[in-house]
Amino acid sequence: MLYVVITFLFLAILLYFLLGGADFGAGIIELFTSEGNKSGTRKIMYQAIGPIWEANHMWLIIAIVIMFVGFPVIYSDMCTYLHIPMLVMLLGIMARGTAFAFRSYDAIKGERTQNFYNHIFVYSSFITPLFLGIIAGSAISRQIDVHAVRFSSAYVFSWLNYFSVAVGLFTVALSGYLAAVYLVGEAENQNDAKRFIRKARQMNVIAVVFGGLVFITAGMENIPLPYWIFGNPVSLSAVIAASISLVIQWMLISKGKKKIIRLSAGFQVTMVLLAVGYMHYPNFVMIKGGENLSLLTLHATSKTIHDLGVALLVGSLFILPSLWYLYYSFQKKADDAKH
Amino acid sequence: MDDFAAARSQMAISLGFHIIYSCIGMVMPLFMAVSHYKWIKTGDIVYKNITQAWSKGVAIFFATGAVSGTILSFELGLLWPKFMEHAGPIFGMPFSLEGVAFFIEAIALGFFLYGWGRFGNGFHWFTGLLVGISGIASGILVVSANSWMNNPAGFDYIIGQYLNVDPIKAMFNGSWFSEALHMMLAAFSATGFAVAGVHALMIARKKNVVFHTKAFKIAIVFGAIAAILQPFSGDIAAKNVYKTQPAKLGAMEAYFHTQAYAPLVFGGISDTAAKTVKYGIEIPGLLSFLVHDNFGEPVNALDKIPVKNQPPVGVTNFAFDLMIFIGSAMMLLGLLYFLALWKKRSWLDKRWFLNLFILAIPSGFIAVEAGWTVTEVGRQPWIIYGIMRTSEAVTPMPGIRYTFYLFTAVYLSLSLAVIFLLSRQIKMVPELYDTKH
Repeated sequence: MLYVVITFLFLAILLYFLLGGADFGAGIIELFTSEGNKSGTRKIMYQAIGPIWEANHMWLIIAIVIMFVGFPVIYSDMCTYLHIPMLVMLLGIMARGTAFAFRSYDAIKGERTQNFYNHIFVYSSFITPLFLGIIAGSAISRQIDVHAVRFSSAYVFSWLNYFSVAVGLFTVALSGYLAAVYLVGEAENQNDAKRFIRKARQMNVIAVVFGGLVFITAGMENIPLPYWIFGNPVSLSAVIAASISLVIQWMLISKGKKKIIRLSAGFQVTMVLLAVGYMHYPNFVMIKGGENLSLLTLHATSKTIHDLGVALLVGSLFILPSLWYLYYSFQKKADDAKH
Repeated sequence: MDDFAAARSQMAISLGFHIIYSCIGMVMPLFMAVSHYKWIKTGDIVYKNITQAWSKGVAIFFATGAVSGTILSFELGLLWPKFMEHAGPIFGMPFSLEGVAFFIEAIALGFFLYGWGRFGNGFHWFTGLLVGISGIASGILVVSANSWMNNPAGFDYIIGQYLNVDPIKAMFNGSWFSEALHMMLAAFSATGFAVAGVHALMIARKKNVVFHTKAFKIAIVFGAIAAILQPFSGDIAAKNVYKTQPAKLGAMEAYFHTQAYAPLVFGGISDTAAKTVKYGIEIPGLLSFLVHDNFGEPVNALDKIPVKNQPPVGVTNFAFDLMIFIGSAMMLLGLLYFLALWKKRSWLDKRWFLNLFILAIPSGFIAVEAGWTVTEVGRQPWIIYGIMRTSEAVTPMPGIRYTFYLFTAVYLSLSLAVIFLLSRQIKMVPELYDTKH
């Protein structure tokens, strides 16, 4: 049952990265859209993510519940030493969710109030994935120091280092890329579609640049990232698969093959996560001085893991079909409306 | 303010706001479903308008409730890491199930809010109802987790170790039912009275009277029935508290000295140093009766509890008295509404009658906050009653007072924003819905 729980944990993290990421990305795209095109982007976005954004964010709740029920020691350590980035991420989630709801449900659509919500929405859409990435980077960068005495080394330099920030920026770029790819398929006319294709290509280039930055900063912080990624056949194949799908997307994106592009972008991001994650598994957090917090040793007692696994399996019987139906019906409505 | 006090205050602020957002977010979908049903049955467009107007309120409260709930699920670990390290695997079952219920709620809400004219009436109505049902299920599950902190079960605590963990037993601990019942009725009466009161205000101002009267009638039935039932659930809860947490009951009643024919004191100001209650109305034997169903049987008081294990009496007692006072007033108002409906229909249009309901807009939520204070402050100094002290659970990170200030500012602005948006929704009712009929 432990493996069922671990599978759900990684599934929740992956889906949050893909769906929540695309969702944050929509805000990032809006942030980097020129003033004149903003309202068009906003309209498409509202239709595309309005019905599904709340559900996309539920994966974070599922992941966090699995953490504190199944792996309480790891959760507790992360909460202690990564308190500050988690706090910023939470404020970002709060600002973003409420701003999105408020701008749709403000009965009087005044220019100043709408502008205010828009500002909060786009900046929090940028900050939240940045800090999610920082948290992820910090988990593997061995900067968490459980023996630190000074405030700064215990609670600040645990996450404020070049590598973690680079991972954060990389996450932002990937989120923007996922969103642009998703929005290409939602665009109602050629102009919008072209704009999103351009955005997708820009985000793609930025993601590659930040990806390079992650490698450079890893070198600066003495993190053996090249060894993790190129040192074993699984990660290496994942990197190759990700690169191939990148090329495919680049070529096909202007051809209007919505499904293939979306699947391939999702696949690419999954491969990136697999490449980085594979060498670490089962270690979830790596502490300064060589200690690893492993999912296979620091889990709750078998009774808890068993009950949690059953709850997740039964829950997914309800969640997955209804979630699929939610996506399916609104996608179908949108497609019907276009034809 | 030291870091421990700041952590407790930050938790209190976060829960204090979340409880309001989530009460409304889980109860209002049911009002919405009733009015939606009436529209489908009667074809009366006013009911459709009410459904749509309420659904916007639901959307606003769901979003704020969802984000404040997400924050709380992290804050448990951010502020109380030692607590979560031990408690997580034991009381995590209701949280796991709540995650599922919450997920379903979000999916159903997506269908409902964006489903107008896109799905058949039956399916669309069902998704709205599902929002309400899964919201209520989430609420019950979260309260069940809280009840475990009050009445820990499902493990053996042996020399500092948490052994033989059974999450299912922890979830169905001896207090889950009484606490969940009390909280659900509180959510229904607070939301029912608040929503009805807002519509009463609009009726009094002679704005869209037909719309607001129909809306008032749906909301108040929920509120009134819940308020009338609440004292009975309160009695069940109080008996349970005495059995499981005598210190909390002692603090609630400011009951210092163990005695036979134990009195119940209404109102008054407790004086912890002098161990008395001044200016209260004392009814001998009533506390014995409430606890034991027998006027003579002695009731154990705070003097049986070591001082270091006693909760703060002043705050707990004041909050308890406030809750009882408001709860009783709401029950009477609920009865008055049914009396009017049954015998005095003319009252329904009278200004004084409407004024009573306008006055009651915030009452339920004040009572909810007071009741929450009773259960949380009354559990102190424990975070897991009798097992772990709150002070042992707090994060080692210094400077929590700054995050407390930050969160206070954030929650205050969020609440102001919600009030602002709701008032704009209400203001726009004539423009949005008048032309349609």
